[in-house]
Amino acid sequence: MSDSSRVVRVASGQGFWGDWLEAPRRQVEGGQVDYLMLDYLAEVTMSILQKQKERDPRMGYARDFIGAMESVFPAVAERGVKVIANAGGVNPVACAEALLDAAAKHGVRGKIRIGVVTGDDILARLDDLMAAGHELKNMDTGEPLSTIRDRVMSANAYIGSEPIVEALAQGANVVVIGRSTDTALTMAPLRHEFGWAADDWNKMASGIIAGHILECGAQSSGGNCMHEWRTIPDMANVGYPIAEASEDGTFVITKHAGTGGRVSVPSVSEQLVYEMGDPHAYITPDVVADFTSIQLAPDGENRVRVHGITGGPPTPFLKVSIAYRAGYKAVGSLVYSWPDAMEKAQMADRILRERLDNLGLKFDQVLTEFVGATSTHGALAGDGHDAPEVMFRIGVRGENRADIERFTREIVPLVLNGPPSVTGFAGGRPKVEEIVAYWPALLDKRAVSTAVTIME
Amino acid sequence: MHIRLLDIAHARSGDKGDTANVGVIALKPEWYPTLVTYVTRDRVAQHFSGQINGGVDRFELPNLHALNFLLHGALDGGGTLSLKTDAQGKVYSTALLRMVIDVPDAEAVAAGLPAFA
Repeated sequence: MSDSSRVVRVASGQGFWGDWLEAPRRQVEGGQVDYLMLDYLAEVTMSILQKQKERDPRMGYARDFIGAMESVFPAVAERGVKVIANAGGVNPVACAEALLDAAAKHGVRGKIRIGVVTGDDILARLDDLMAAGHELKNMDTGEPLSTIRDRVMSANAYIGSEPIVEALAQGANVVVIGRSTDTALTMAPLRHEFGWAADDWNKMASGIIAGHILECGAQSSGGNCMHEWRTIPDMANVGYPIAEASEDGTFVITKHAGTGGRVSVPSVSEQLVYEMGDPHAYITPDVVADFTSIQLAPDGENRVRVHGITGGPPTPFLKVSIAYRAGYKAVGSLVYSWPDAMEKAQMADRILRERLDNLGLKFDQVLTEFVGATSTHGALAGDGHDAPEVMFRIGVRGENRADIERFTREIVPLVLNGPPSVTGFAGGRPKVEEIVAYWPALLDKRAVSTAVTIME
Repeated sequence: MHIRLLDIAHARSGDKGDTANVGVIALKPEWYPTLVTYVTRDRVAQHFSGQINGGVDRFELPNLHALNFLLHGALDGGGTLSLKTDAQGKVYSTALLRMVIDVPDAEAVAAGLPAFA
């Protein structure tokens, strides 16, 4: 365990559910890697999965994962690459069963040993937890969960690396988990390989920061990178990031030779500040990492060395992500062309709002944006005068589904009964969507226990 | 001298609930002190007045030559509730880089800052 020259390679293969289907296979075929981490869960994903599970109890996991695994079966079954994925969503056991079926079809059943981590899903325990005094107050507003209890769709605690390490220790070569922290997917294999003590805070923090850099897929290797974006090579073949980690907690971020994209100090810096709060305290269940301690240094072409990281003990809480129903929304749009595109779009907005008022419809919010002029930068962008085209985009949200539905029928008529030179209505009426809102809360760690089951 | 942030920094943003974060990174290490001095919390709050409903926090990361801003109340309640095109605050980064700061000429010349006409 103390061979200081040993390097463990963790490759990132998905940054969210919907990410590039080619990435996992390219990561295991493009060169040597020891682990493949696949992050499928964003906040909104859990509630989508919960809806799918309500319709069909065998669903509720990220189905893309099965296809991704089929593309990497040779690497996993023959070459020993291990996979860590939070594809389990709200139904990790069903996910593992589907994976075993796929393994059977490909003749590799028996070579796939899955560690299934459960315990993050606290939906069924909510009332008991509340009765035991856990208020699950909204971290932003301070309100207790009881105010929206009847509308809750899913509730999951963000769990740390511990149960994933346990699954690896039990010989799993694939670990399927639900709502773990994204960073734990990278941290766990490093803890497992190097045997880092749970209170070796600096090494633990290093593992978390490696995880933060990998968790968004290509966002650290040239994707969505603003710095000198024109010159980033061969983005069609972008390489996803790989962390080459050493026992002492230092690591190098790189990508496979021959791939596109760029790993540089600026590309890694951009990912480090992504979704960042107080950099002195990046809080995870395993450790609180200090992002102001991170040192980056170029280490050859497409290699950035990361070192100097410090951290401290975690808080006694786990963050809980609760999704609840919060009414409905719909967004529609029309495109007005030059001349006077902005004025026409503004007139369409006035006409439509007057019609909505005349119908007596009730909304909690009506938002108009002029895309191509002021939608993302507001007044900072000027007034949109003389734009070649402007998209009039209007959204409403409210509790009454019928009112939202009526709104969706009021937009297209403007094509014939509103301002001139209008297009862009081929999609027809917008759809009414149910809103799933988020309720972030803290829960005493002792109230959550995880379990590891091996399925093969 | 007028200096536009776009010419001296790059940035990335994302969401945390109803808050958007913007990390601003100096294009050259020697330009980081300019960010620290002139891209203040109040200046950023003023820049986004009318676009966000809450306050602004600022954190310094000298190791990355970066500042991190939290723009509270930027997303009309958060990513899934928001009706905005930029519901997850992905381009508040570029909106911040529109900011033009005023740096005394001697200081700007000494740091080699590019002037913005």
